[in-house]
Amino acid sequence: MTDIEHEIEQPDERAPKRVIGTPAPGTSMLGDGEPAARDAEVAGVTYQDETKARKAEKIVALCFTITFLAAIAFIISYVVFQVGSPEKTATSTLALGGSLTLALLGLAVGIVVWVRQIMPKYSLIQERHPMVSDEDTREVVAETFLQGAKESGFVKRPLLRRTLLLAAAPLGLIPLVLLRDLDNSKMPGAKFNETLRHTVWGEKTKEGKPLRLVVEGTGQPIRAADFNSPGGILSVVPEGYEHDLNALAKATLILIKFRADEIKSGTNLNWTHDGIVAYSKICTHVGCPAALYEQTTHHILCPCHQSTFDAADGAKVIFGPAARPLPQLPITVDDQGYLIAKGDFAVPPGPSYWERGDAEAEARSKGGHA
Amino acid sequence: MTRITAWRRHPLARYAVLILALALVGMVYTAFVQAGRPADAALASGKLDDVAAGKSLFEVHCASCHGMNAQGTSTGPTLIGVGAAAVDFQMSTGRMPASNPGAQVPRKPMAGWVTPDKIRQIGAFVQSLGGGPQVPGKEQVDPALGDAGKGGELFRANCIQCHNWAGAGGALTQGKYAPNLNQATPTQIYEAMATGPQAMPVFNDTTITPEEKRSMIAYITQVREQKDPGGFGLGRIGPVTEGLVGWVVGITALVLASIWITAKKRQKS
Repeated sequence: MTDIEHEIEQPDERAPKRVIGTPAPGTSMLGDGEPAARDAEVAGVTYQDETKARKAEKIVALCFTITFLAAIAFIISYVVFQVGSPEKTATSTLALGGSLTLALLGLAVGIVVWVRQIMPKYSLIQERHPMVSDEDTREVVAETFLQGAKESGFVKRPLLRRTLLLAAAPLGLIPLVLLRDLDNSKMPGAKFNETLRHTVWGEKTKEGKPLRLVVEGTGQPIRAADFNSPGGILSVVPEGYEHDLNALAKATLILIKFRADEIKSGTNLNWTHDGIVAYSKICTHVGCPAALYEQTTHHILCPCHQSTFDAADGAKVIFGPAARPLPQLPITVDDQGYLIAKGDFAVPPGPSYWERGDAEAEARSKGGHA
Repeated sequence: MTRITAWRRHPLARYAVLILALALVGMVYTAFVQAGRPADAALASGKLDDVAAGKSLFEVHCASCHGMNAQGTSTGPTLIGVGAAAVDFQMSTGRMPASNPGAQVPRKPMAGWVTPDKIRQIGAFVQSLGGGPQVPGKEQVDPALGDAGKGGELFRANCIQCHNWAGAGGALTQGKYAPNLNQATPTQIYEAMATGPQAMPVFNDTTITPEEKRSMIAYITQVREQKDPGGFGLGRIGPVTEGLVGWVVGITALVLASIWITAKKRQKS
């Protein structure tokens, strides 16, 4: 595009042809098409240099062309790149996203360049007007309000006023009721509390035997004699509940093997078997799986908020926001030497909740161990 | 006479004497050490068995921290019962011999003197002290023979809490960390599970069987080869880096764009 071409084209454009997107000729919106306004210098308005504007025009045209091509590319790639396998989907997503980005970006950049480089610049000063309404208006509003209040009888008729306040009160209570009833199991309150307090470790198998501890991932029961390397740890779930996520949310354990001399007084030795201790894997802070076990320091670290428990000392909290130790599960072995649960946790595992109370103190008062 | 005196008073004379003396001491020491260590000589000629060769290597390179009889000292744990697998893991990853004490001994290139043969010999010596896990065979750690699906289940249940679901590792307490698994060879992964190096717990063969370990190795090596969607893994440590990068890059782009859109053109006066 050269200047000469422009001059040749000029006469054609003056013919009364309507261009798409512009008003019909003769309407006054665009004036008479002559750049008459340019001659009269208006204060605060700067016109762009024409040679620069020509350059910018080409850039804008290029941007719009890119948008045109990219939009067509989008349509083509939508048809060409079919989804199905992850790889195919990735290619399709990349092609669609890339072409659409290019199309929208071209349009946006083009418009901005158009505005900045071609359109005239205005330096305008806009005066602020006061926000306050004038004296008369305010007076009228105050009068109207008072008149309305008087006519409503809100002050004069206390019965109406009081019953209105009464009507509003339960509306405020509704959210509390809804929150309290988030549980959709339709359990009575007492049963609900029971459910929160207990895990499936208290259940028996169909044969009436205590549940075995099985390896998470394989479902293999664990012979105590096999879990014999000090410093060992295993993620453990109850037999028969390997895939019951509701049960596992409370019942998952970590099983740790100690040397006999490593276990400290915080651990209930009656609930261990040959240096094997079972703790709840659910952090007592907000219930993340806490199983980052260091065999050298016996620390159990929760990755969410860095609560740290001393596994050798009854999993007592030595750092972090957790308030209570990880509950210890009483374990022993059956006649075949497999690890079994002696019963349920003495205290509810997992994070705190309203009805929990001081479950540790309660357990101790019953002669147990928290 | 005067010539000698002049030499003696030469400014470089003291350095020359010092170097001579050091060289002499070095030579005498080397001679003594050679005499006092028939094992190395015998080793070179291949006359002694691995245990004896390992013992002499152990006394030179390991005993200062682990004690002359591998009983452990205040600076190093006992090695009785850790097995050849532990020796192979620690030495082939360059963690042992350790360069300095700290929260955790890092992986590093092997020391210059360490060769697979020497590792085998020290391993044989440590194995002779009290048994322990053996170095696994080639087939035992071949990822091609493992079931990555099964291994993934076990990996997710027992490993990802520290090592991350893609084996990228993560922080532990008081300066310790779970290392990245990407550099570990299948043999090293197996040995780490069997021996529990440093803070890592032990997963012995009776609870996680060798076949299950092989499946976990298959999973770890397969995840390693997975492509990152979008092209960048960003350390594969999850939404934190991804969010940070997305936020910083995205917000920067938005800020730059709005600066460009609203910037006033410089007036030419």
